[in-house]
Amino acid sequence: MSNPFRLDGKVALVSGGARGIGAAVAEALAASGAAVLVTDVLDAVGEATVARIRAAGGKAEYFHHDVTVEAQWEQAVAAAVAKLGGLHVLVNNAGIETAALITQCEVDDFKRVMEVNVTGVFLGMKHALRVMKPGASVINLSSVAGIIGTTAHVAYHASKGAVRLMTKAAAIECAALGTGIRVNSIHPGVVDTQMGTNFVQDFVKLGLAPDYAAAEAAIKGLHPMGFGEPSDVANAVIYLASDATKWMNGSELVIDGGLTAQ
Amino acid sequence: MARVSNKVALVTGGAKGIGEACALLLAKEGAKVVVSDLDIAAGEKVVKAIKAAGGEAIFIQQDVTDEASWPTAIAATVERFGALHVLVNNAGIAIPGSAVDATLADWRKTMAVNLDAVFLGTKYAIPVMTGKNGSIINIASIEGIVADPNLAAYNASKGGVRIFTKSAALHCGKNGLKVRVNSVHPGYIWTPMVEDFLKSIGDVAEGRAGLDSLHPIGHVGDVMDVAYGVLYLASDESKFVTGSELVIDGGYTAQ
Repeated sequence: MSNPFRLDGKVALVSGGARGIGAAVAEALAASGAAVLVTDVLDAVGEATVARIRAAGGKAEYFHHDVTVEAQWEQAVAAAVAKLGGLHVLVNNAGIETAALITQCEVDDFKRVMEVNVTGVFLGMKHALRVMKPGASVINLSSVAGIIGTTAHVAYHASKGAVRLMTKAAAIECAALGTGIRVNSIHPGVVDTQMGTNFVQDFVKLGLAPDYAAAEAAIKGLHPMGFGEPSDVANAVIYLASDATKWMNGSELVIDGGLTAQ
Repeated sequence: MARVSNKVALVTGGAKGIGEACALLLAKEGAKVVVSDLDIAAGEKVVKAIKAAGGEAIFIQQDVTDEASWPTAIAATVERFGALHVLVNNAGIAIPGSAVDATLADWRKTMAVNLDAVFLGTKYAIPVMTGKNGSIINIASIEGIVADPNLAAYNASKGGVRIFTKSAALHCGKNGLKVRVNSVHPGYIWTPMVEDFLKSIGDVAEGRAGLDSLHPIGHVGDVMDVAYGVLYLASDESKFVTGSELVIDGGYTAQ
């Protein structure tokens, strides 16, 4: 029996793949044998991620990609097919946040978060599902913020909750149509990335904590096992991308060190 | 590359069905495995298969509902393999019956196997695993998340496993014990337990078709679907996963 966790011969597209969780996911997919299209708006950082993958012996290409623009999704999916030979794994990872109390949250900021985190994921599924074949896997990065609430992140929670249920809707639709394509979501707790650092800093900016150390201690205190690492999420993506999860569809994989168990 | 090399795993109900698949896969991926079951012949057969494939395993006959069996099983594991890192609380039974029809005897028997034993295994494994990146994997069910009118006791027991798992995970996490505790929630998997269950309520082929149709993917699962999830949770690849519910159900609970 071959190792079902290997991804040899598969092509993966990782949006927001330049840095943070996305970069770790792209590198792990490549290390597991997949050819990876790294897409992002941060071109220099994205090219550097591709260079690291190639230096490690992996196969990757970079594609400039604003996930809120439908035409760019069509182009990105076409690029995966043309340059790498198909599309078997879509990791909808690109995401942003904005920190503000509900009473202070600007509607433009709210809409921007929804545009990237929700419309971006919808467009990714829309165009990837058109070319994907049986055995393909769509992995949407939601968050523990799609399950529980916190202060000062109303737009982020709304968006990640939407990702959670869009995932289930897509999973059921894919199954009902007999596509053989699976759709699942991943829900990380706070992960040690630039976005994680920003998340902590926002609490200070908003006056919810006196300084960074206090904010970090408070947020870490909510995580029984501290903060996670990008590799924790990347390992889960490998599991969901692989044929080992051929019967998983519409599931939420929570990776949060116990945060939402309490 | 083996994914659970240098780990020692104990799998209850390891002689058949999901437990057998977990024991075989963990051994294939480098773990030394203790197969625990009531059924000596079937359990020894699994051990033999592991050894034939080049792995290491022993069989322990264990009634998981008997508290005294746990220190004995864990001591035997540590004596033979030097440690215990992974406990798969898999042993389980299903007795059909609605809230009105179920007998108290069936209710208690279900609770004893499906819930008491998970508590006991967790209670006795945590001290031995402390500080060693241990992983306790409790096999619950989608029936611990959604209900069936004819599975009153089973529903209650698996719902109990689900939230007990989170309590144990928090205990370990908040005390820095380096032990993770998670639950796995399979949909209907084609196993001897499910086949016997269908037999007890009617025609097996008809029953299987009915179960297939409950899962959006269009068919019941196979034991490997669950075994791979157990492997992920057993390995250090899931080191930030604790108190989580791994649902492997072909979309059953997403609809």
